[in-house]
Amino acid sequence: MNRRAFLKATGTGLMASAFPISLVKLAFGGQDPSRDFTFGYISDAHIQQIKGTQFVRNWDMGLIRAVREANLLTPRPDFFMFGGDLAQLGKKEELDHGLEIMSNLRGKVRYVIGEHDYYLDLGKYWQDKISPLYYSFDHKGVHFVVLNSILTYHKWTYETWPSPMDRMLAMARLDNPQGSPFMVGDQQIAWLKKDLAKINQNTPVVVFSHSPIQKIFKPWNFWTQDAEKVQALLKPFEKATVIYGHVHQIQYNQIGNITFQAVMATAWPWPYPETYSQSASCLPKITVPMNRADPFFERDATGWQFVDMNSGKTAMHYQLPDNPNRTVIFDAATGKPKDVKYQDYIRRIPPQTHF
Amino acid sequence: MFCIKGEGKNKDTIIHHYRKGGTTLKTSKSCLKGIIRAGATAVLFAACVAFAAPVGLPPVPVPVDNPMTPEKVKLGDKLFHDTRFSTTGEVSCATCHDTAKGFADGLPVSEGIHKLKGTRNAPTIINSAYLHTQFWDGREPSLESQSAQPFLNPVEMGLKDHEPILKIVRSDPEYSALFSQAFGKTGEQITMTEVKQALGTFERTLISGNSPFDQYYFKGDKTAMSPAAVRGLDVYVNQGRCVSCHRIEQTQALFTDNRFHMIGVSANQMPRDLEELSAAVRNVKEKGTDIAVLSNPRTSSLGRFAVTGDLTDIGAFKTPTLRNIELTAPYMHDGSHKTLEEVVTFYNNGGALNETDTVPELLSGGIRPLNLTDEQQADLVAFLKALTSPEFAPK
Repeated sequence: MNRRAFLKATGTGLMASAFPISLVKLAFGGQDPSRDFTFGYISDAHIQQIKGTQFVRNWDMGLIRAVREANLLTPRPDFFMFGGDLAQLGKKEELDHGLEIMSNLRGKVRYVIGEHDYYLDLGKYWQDKISPLYYSFDHKGVHFVVLNSILTYHKWTYETWPSPMDRMLAMARLDNPQGSPFMVGDQQIAWLKKDLAKINQNTPVVVFSHSPIQKIFKPWNFWTQDAEKVQALLKPFEKATVIYGHVHQIQYNQIGNITFQAVMATAWPWPYPETYSQSASCLPKITVPMNRADPFFERDATGWQFVDMNSGKTAMHYQLPDNPNRTVIFDAATGKPKDVKYQDYIRRIPPQTHF
Repeated sequence: MFCIKGEGKNKDTIIHHYRKGGTTLKTSKSCLKGIIRAGATAVLFAACVAFAAPVGLPPVPVPVDNPMTPEKVKLGDKLFHDTRFSTTGEVSCATCHDTAKGFADGLPVSEGIHKLKGTRNAPTIINSAYLHTQFWDGREPSLESQSAQPFLNPVEMGLKDHEPILKIVRSDPEYSALFSQAFGKTGEQITMTEVKQALGTFERTLISGNSPFDQYYFKGDKTAMSPAAVRGLDVYVNQGRCVSCHRIEQTQALFTDNRFHMIGVSANQMPRDLEELSAAVRNVKEKGTDIAVLSNPRTSSLGRFAVTGDLTDIGAFKTPTLRNIELTAPYMHDGSHKTLEEVVTFYNNGGALNETDTVPELLSGGIRPLNLTDEQQADLVAFLKALTSPEFAPK
């Protein structure tokens, strides 16, 4: 079954095949089927402590649901990624509680750090207990890089705030005039340069970061200040992809040879900033907006995703409770990612404009 | 009971409101707002308003290929009550959809031939004409297609195929006359299509509104509901969050959103892991959905997932109407709640009968603890009892 036939079969086929969508073997007849694989991606859980052993139920339920659904995927993904913001305010209690839920996930999990995990203790507990802040690994012919993209200026981090929690709270705010833009930083960029130097330019490269390694909207830190420097290092590669969290919505974009794809949050949805400003804007038009969330259903417009790498590019299968699932693939004909179902304007579900 | 008036004379109000491939085609005068969803099979499902509905309900949608006639209703009524269409000669549609029990059966799960038990609670068929899908998991799109299934289910009427039904209706003189009047067909000309159409037509007459709530809400009679029920309505639309799924609209109330939700009922029956889920899915594939889900509680617990294969639908069941709910205890798709009080407690705890029960991992995001006081819960029950239509009200 080729990709198109697969997508067609799962779009409306329901129980037409022997197994439901996530139980279908994702075999797209790639050039080397032994290298076909999938990985799962869960992100932005924002586990939040109220007090003691009490945590915000809504965010708990989002992560629990994603883990439970991901455990029903077959064949099993080769590994899972967690895309950052496991905690809301970087507390040990929150990270521990999040890890406890994540421990039910069947399979190896690798972690990307988000600003909500970092700005209380600057990643100390994260490194002790969970993961290095940046690293790379290879899997079935693909080179994967994990970046810590949520760093910022030294002065803001070390000399501005009376306490670590003040710093954490400042970074946790969206639209904070006292905020500071995310960046990867020169030290890590030097490491990345060295890391990529070893890699053949035909090798597919996938970068995982928390913030977008592109500039969308600065007040919300849908932004990485030194994105161009990272993009320059990815430029020589034939197949380069950046997958990021933080934005809590489906986004995709193409800059030169680099494909950008965002992952969903399990906690809550953000709108695209353009819809937030409700006036003309110069924001990049990079995405088919999500269906508006029905706020009664707390999981609506949240979700998780699995990714197949069979063409050397990421095909992102978004799993969206209470909303139609979506799939965004790289379209070789146009050289851009596209939504397989909703890309054409006429196919989109118009947003609700009144109640 | 509401009965047919006008006998399908209002042909000028026929509309075709048909959606396929994202395009909506309106082919005639629009008398009914709302889109009848056509599935992948794209059944042309137009609506014709054959008769006006009672207070609180919209016009009854009728498929364009099966208009209402009194002859068909009479025939459908007889078919509905005929016990000869079961292997034991003891079970009819009316066995589980009993007029005296609100067109349900008062049992947790229904009993068919030889007292064999299924896995699901018989839903009332009052107002089922309005539902977009039939069965708890919506596996059939219409009353017509639904009506043919229970004859063949081994735990319901147990026939191997529909031939015994056709044999009876083709040879019985009474049926000969009725089919002739209803369809102009006799003998071999009679097929299951006519049987299903007659049953569907009969069911479309089982329309019941005009409850104290309808008089209060749509007719402005402030004395129609008790003060407790009036307070209960406030809980219903506000803190209780009931109205989001059991909907009340501006001019009518079906008390359902026609959607499927995992609210936590019988969550302990659900497949615990991938292996159990795969086994349940295989069961569906091998036996067919209808037989698989009624013969195995674990397969039954898949709910809508057994139809769509969508992870969102695991354990999700159709929102039932609440009209005449007082008559149809016990409640929920498996009949596991004995009383309305239990149901309200269950929702108040966020999908659990006991506060300490584990919260199901795949619980719908709409279900959460409500923090209702005892009085609010009692008021809510009083409101639910104000949804009983006068023809069913306890004497």
